[in-house]
Amino acid sequence: MEAPVAAAIQVSGLEKRFGAVVAVAGLSFAVAPGEIFGLVGPDGAGKTTTMRMLASVMRPDVGSIVIDGIDVLASPEQAKQHISYMPQRFGLYDDLTVEENIRFYADLFEVPRTVWQSRAAAMLDAADMTPFRKRLAGQLSGGMKQKLGLTCSLVHTPRVLLLDEPTTGVDPLSRREFWQILYSLRSEGVAMLISTAYLDEAERCDRVAMLHDGAMMYCDTPAKLKEQMPGVMLEVVTDDPRRAHDVVLGLSGVRGALLVGNGIHVHVDRRDCCAQIAVALQAEGIAATDIDAVEPTIEDLFVALLEQKKTGASK
Amino acid sequence: MFERIFHLLVKEFLELKRDKSARFRLLIPPIIQMVLFGYAATFEVFNVATVVLDQDQTQESRALVADFVHSSRFKLVAVAKDRRQVQDAVESSTAQLGIVVPPGFAELLRKGQSAPLQVLVDGTNSNTALIALGYAGQISGNFGQGYAQDLAQRTGRALGHPLVSVNLQERYWYNPNLNSRWFFVPGVVGTLTLITIVNLTAFAIVREREVGTLEQILVTPIRPIEFIIGKTLPFFLIGLLEVSIVAAVGMIWFQVPFKGNPLVLLLGTCLFLISVLAIGLLISTLCKTQQQAFASNFFVLNPMFILSGFSFPISSMPAVLQWFTYIDPLRYFLVIIRSTYLKGVGLDILWPQMTALAILGMGLYTLAVLRFHKSLD
Repeated sequence: MEAPVAAAIQVSGLEKRFGAVVAVAGLSFAVAPGEIFGLVGPDGAGKTTTMRMLASVMRPDVGSIVIDGIDVLASPEQAKQHISYMPQRFGLYDDLTVEENIRFYADLFEVPRTVWQSRAAAMLDAADMTPFRKRLAGQLSGGMKQKLGLTCSLVHTPRVLLLDEPTTGVDPLSRREFWQILYSLRSEGVAMLISTAYLDEAERCDRVAMLHDGAMMYCDTPAKLKEQMPGVMLEVVTDDPRRAHDVVLGLSGVRGALLVGNGIHVHVDRRDCCAQIAVALQAEGIAATDIDAVEPTIEDLFVALLEQKKTGASK
Repeated sequence: MFERIFHLLVKEFLELKRDKSARFRLLIPPIIQMVLFGYAATFEVFNVATVVLDQDQTQESRALVADFVHSSRFKLVAVAKDRRQVQDAVESSTAQLGIVVPPGFAELLRKGQSAPLQVLVDGTNSNTALIALGYAGQISGNFGQGYAQDLAQRTGRALGHPLVSVNLQERYWYNPNLNSRWFFVPGVVGTLTLITIVNLTAFAIVREREVGTLEQILVTPIRPIEFIIGKTLPFFLIGLLEVSIVAAVGMIWFQVPFKGNPLVLLLGTCLFLISVLAIGLLISTLCKTQQQAFASNFFVLNPMFILSGFSFPISSMPAVLQWFTYIDPLRYFLVIIRSTYLKGVGLDILWPQMTALAILGMGLYTLAVLRFHKSLD
């Protein structure tokens, strides 16, 4: 892909090992300014390690990272001026107020007082947090803490924003507000790399990369990614998911099945496989309280794509 | 660079201002410990519980027992009727010392002969036992001398055999009354500073690691060395304050004189604090949680305390342990603080300790900074 503008993030051949474990294996991608790039994949796929290397708190073994034209490995301090990294739990000082936390991070980036004050005021306003300016960070709710974290990490107007599962454990309302902020940043031309465990969040991204064992499995727009998974996802609610799982796998028209919290997710060719599954389960004496089509989760998509890749390779 | 360190410093004091328990930990325990040490930590021996068995029951035997009881060193807790009771009293720890005056004690004295007196001491606490025994020897010696003189006067006989004797002229310098409080209080200043500041530093950094603010700070353009300086400098200032407060309590409450130059002590304290901060920083690089830090502090601080010469003389330690005392910053600081307090000596005398502390401080701090860099990955 030849972008007319220089990429804000350019990663090539990135590798990181922890002893014998390969956390990231030859990862390459580019993110354009004003693009939201999603990283999805199971735990241990290398998402956080990639983020940490981009934020230059960890050195890669091999590969190069260029952010806004600056070689991160050669001059990390210079690159850090343009980067913002927001981990799952943003490190806030519980004993400092909302305003003092923002001020501290602004000071570390040496943002002039008038600049950060007006910027913080606008962002707190946008996040509905203006009334809590004087509250101690330790007394904020989880969602507010994340919004404060985002404010702190944006106070120096970074060109590149790295978000590592920023909305995990955040209530839906705060999540929506959070994304509103990200959209407005996109219009300002900020490049964003976001890792997420939610498919609905992945769908909000401009492009999504699926990681598996530290390597990229797929990288495309969310719509194209979903097209990769033909068929329908059914949810079977049952008390005996293990046996149900084994039973449905033997049926025709079933592409795969996955254990989930309250039963199983079954990936089928057509919607009317419902009846067939219900009959088969009843024959085995397994009580299924509900069988219905659902939106596939990231995990479903991931398993389906992984399955497809395996069968494709064996053909 | 200095601006960022300054911002970190401001942040640190702001947190301390908010954290009531930290302020409490900083001030109250050191003062309480100072007072406790001042009163409780003493080598002196008073009121040793004593059981007496007087098998002689004469004027002489009673006079001797009275001499023991009337000295403040011994306290009569029981009068035994037989040897068995003496043994029981010592065994059950009701008495630490037993005095047995055998029958015929006075008869021998009256003849101008030396008479035996048995003293049984519970040697469990060897230090106290030795000191008590010394006092017992002194009292019985004085009694014997007094009796001999008295006898000579009464009977007109010459004193036994006149002996050639060496007359010991004792002069205790710097602490003329051998007040052990004068010895302990300056030492406590050093020990408390070590414990408090190592704890505060280690906890403060480990907490940043635990909460995740450390990683958050490191993605800002701040350099690790700036972080370390910004993080240890507040505790350096707190350490100076701590020394001043505890030292003031020692001087005002316990009346320990300060003879030396305060600036010499200030220099020594600054050098000492560098080592102390480095030790706190080192501990923080080895620990992921505050609990781990708490446990490691014990491992590090206890040996430092024992090897410092705070209460056990270094010269009596085995050679191997003596080598270890050379890397114990508290060892040097105790010499500096005790000498400035009691002897009033200056840099002309204390330069070796100052140099040792400076070298040790630089070494430990460099090591801590290197370890810190490594612990970030």
